Amino acid sequence: MNTPIRRLSVFSMLLFGALMLQLTWIQGFQADAIREDPLNRRQYSERLTEPRGPIVIGGENVAYSENIADEGDPARYQRMYTDGTLYTPVVGSFRSYGASGIEDTENSLLDGSDDRLAVRNFRDMITGSEPEGARVELTIDPAVQQAGFNGFKDLGMNGAAVAIDPSTGAILGAVSYPSYDANDVVSITDQTEAIENYGALEVEPDQPLLNRALNERYPPGSTFKIVTATAAMEYLDAGPDSTMDAPDTLELGHPLPNATPGGTCNGGDPDTLAHSIQISCNTSFANWAIEVGGKNLSEQATAFGFNREKEEERLTVPMGVTPSLAPPEDDRNILGRAGIGQSNVEATPLQMAMVAAGVANSGEVMRPYLVDSVRDADRSVVTQTTPEVYSQAMSASTASDLTDMMVRVTGPDGSGPNGAISGIDVAGKTGTAETGGEMGTHNWFIGFAPADDPQVAVAVVIEHGGGSGGSLAAPIARNMMEAVVL
Amino acid sequence: MSTTAPEAPTALPPVKRRNAELVLVGLTILITMGAIAIAGLNLNNQIPGAMWGYGLIFGALALATHVALRFIAPYADPLILPCALFLNGVGVAMIWRLDAAESGEIEHAGIGMQLVWTAVGMIFCIALLFFLKEPRVLQRYTYISALVAIILIALPMVPGLGINEYGARRWIGFGGFTMQPSEFAKIALVIFLSSYLVTKRQVLSLAAKSIKVGRFKILDLPRARDFMPMVVGWVIAIGLLVITKDLGTSLLLFGTFLAMLYVATQRSSWVIIGLTVFIGAAALAMQIFWHFRQRVDIWFNAFDPEVYERLGGSEQLVKGLIGMAYGGLFGTGFGGGQAHHIFAADSDFIFASLAEDLGLTGVMVILIVVFLLVQRGMRVALASRELFIKMLASGIAFVMCFQVFVVLGGLTRIIPLTGMTTPFLAAGGSALMASWLMIGLLLRMSDNARRPAPQAIQDEGATQVIRR
Repeated sequence: MNTPIRRLSVFSMLLFGALMLQLTWIQGFQADAIREDPLNRRQYSERLTEPRGPIVIGGENVAYSENIADEGDPARYQRMYTDGTLYTPVVGSFRSYGASGIEDTENSLLDGSDDRLAVRNFRDMITGSEPEGARVELTIDPAVQQAGFNGFKDLGMNGAAVAIDPSTGAILGAVSYPSYDANDVVSITDQTEAIENYGALEVEPDQPLLNRALNERYPPGSTFKIVTATAAMEYLDAGPDSTMDAPDTLELGHPLPNATPGGTCNGGDPDTLAHSIQISCNTSFANWAIEVGGKNLSEQATAFGFNREKEEERLTVPMGVTPSLAPPEDDRNILGRAGIGQSNVEATPLQMAMVAAGVANSGEVMRPYLVDSVRDADRSVVTQTTPEVYSQAMSASTASDLTDMMVRVTGPDGSGPNGAISGIDVAGKTGTAETGGEMGTHNWFIGFAPADDPQVAVAVVIEHGGGSGGSLAAPIARNMMEAVVL
Repeated sequence: MSTTAPEAPTALPPVKRRNAELVLVGLTILITMGAIAIAGLNLNNQIPGAMWGYGLIFGALALATHVALRFIAPYADPLILPCALFLNGVGVAMIWRLDAAESGEIEHAGIGMQLVWTAVGMIFCIALLFFLKEPRVLQRYTYISALVAIILIALPMVPGLGINEYGARRWIGFGGFTMQPSEFAKIALVIFLSSYLVTKRQVLSLAAKSIKVGRFKILDLPRARDFMPMVVGWVIAIGLLVITKDLGTSLLLFGTFLAMLYVATQRSSWVIIGLTVFIGAAALAMQIFWHFRQRVDIWFNAFDPEVYERLGGSEQLVKGLIGMAYGGLFGTGFGGGQAHHIFAADSDFIFASLAEDLGLTGVMVILIVVFLLVQRGMRVALASRELFIKMLASGIAFVMCFQVFVVLGGLTRIIPLTGMTTPFLAAGGSALMASWLMIGLLLRMSDNARRPAPQAIQDEGATQVIRR
């Protein structure tokens, strides 16, 4: 019986050999890959023991780590936020079980593990100094952000606002309202409460965790008429004086009325493109869209940044931006309504700010970005963002004509005089979007200033404001623009 | 088979080496206390009182067992006890460290109860050594052992007594006290198989019907009537396990069954038939039972976020793997890891906890010690002269080996993860007592195998008076 016992011993040795090989594979070769798996929720809590770099807005640390351990104890870093509610949609929060915003997307730089910091890390290892995360400096202008935020706070309504420097694409303001204070959800001394607070935010009907500026799509309403007008000028060679039928109502399945004073654009006669933009005529723009055709209108929208739905085409700033939609329509009725930013057209506030910025920057849409530069603990630059062209939305002459027409919107006879800044020409476009249900309309304003030398382009949307873009959204947009140009 | 053969080539020299054992036992005590001390330093920056309190209790228990061996089993293999103590001590230290780390949401077993069960296990072991001088008497209880095994496996299914938890009926509970009878069932089954197979081995290995293709023999099939008692016993055992949904124990017992059958008959046809039947049954179970499908899904698609998020999904397994990944080659240090955030980190997942804190280096050491223990068991089997003892020793050694493989193979995704305890390391009274009973049997058998051959006390005459 000894032979089979010996063979059984060898077999048990093989079993142990298999276990040892597999353990070597997991702990020796696969360890890095497993640690980097997105299912690893530990990477957040683990790194509480390492100092994390600050996030900087306007020269001030708006997110930073502070050692809260008693003297002599191993370090424990608590993440702190200044002006949490104001900046959280951008900066995000770094919790023990997850992260959002810049805290998430720039995590490897903030915690110092990024390859771009490898040389510095190596130096720290040799000199024995404690490794520190990098400083991430943002493009946000505190005055612009504050102006937008206060607008929503005073109004008491939900919504979002984005401000871009049209010549670079730098995002100067990204407001999402309501917001939350990141300090409420990051406590490491009372983790249970932090988790409970976060859980409460998750179920709140107003969705404070949602970054409306980047990740919520709204029907853009009449602000989309800028895209339709661009398409008419680019594809049909239309000019400011080109006319289009502008009946008081247009039959599109069911009648489309005008929202202009008296329900008319030009007394029922054909209306010029310039006047249609100035007073926001619905019927002429529906006809323009039908004339341009569904495919061309959709392609024009794509040139502004719409329809980038494929994973590799998606815009990141560096947070992922929800793609805006303007699909090609075959049906005349649907296409007509798409021309005034209804039916299947949906856009994020950032996308509409890019539309305004494209017009402002002679037709070139710059790639929007939030991170201006990343610096080492010793302030030497690790990365510096260089502006780049995202897309060519139109010719320079079209942009120039559109600017002139949009300036008339903020004039005394336009639909958005509340967007005007005294002494400065402001180009704008109002929008009031039907939402289909019982809820009130979304109220939009997009624009840029100064019209002749644009320094800031904005888009503001009031969620279910129930008023008009000119009355509710334009004042907020004006305040944000004033923060830059005055 | 002859009991009169003076020296089989595999026999072990009659050397006691109890002092070598004492040194090794002392080492295991130092390792246990050191592990608790390091864990305390890592967790709270101070050497914990537990190092002295619990460490010395463990040390006293270990030394008492060693001293008992000197008297009741002086020729026992000197490596078996230190190996068992090392595993038990590391387990105790790990349980203290998991309990001491504030995990918040997950409760872990306390070191106190684990030490109580260690003591009970050691007492069982010593009592067995004391009362069972000749393990061959167990051979008389062939069918009683079978009955005991089946009753133990069936107990969790008794209404009001069985407890269904974590997807398997593995526990029974009475008066706020729970135990896992299948831990003892495996010992009863090994005893049953040893005695049954020894009586039937000639028939099972010789009488056969050859299956031929042309002139080539493919397989020797046993006769149906030799097969029947075995089939009946195993259909009952495996059937019960399918009902209790305890896949791990099912796999463990069936694997042991095949191994012992092979040792008895030395015929691979049994193993091939058995494996085919088991794989067939497993495939069938997968079709029928959602529970087993889920297990296989977790095995193959552990890192699929959907499987991870599912209730009873791969979250625990993935957390264990991530812990091992953090452990890397050298570990995070005893107490330095985050294993206490994993569910069952002290029982079914204790190996993952150890892998994180001690790294690949540390678990290799632990595996080698387990392997050493298994090989000493096999050595006892080789050195023994009686067939029943050979079967019993190799059976017990293989049960320990295969149990570690089923647990650790599950944790490392060699096989599907099944709930089972690691011998000696995991928290749990039943597992510890069963493990110490198995060590008792091995010690007793090795003591008998190594004891010097009886000396004749008178030189002449037809009848010799011998002293054992």
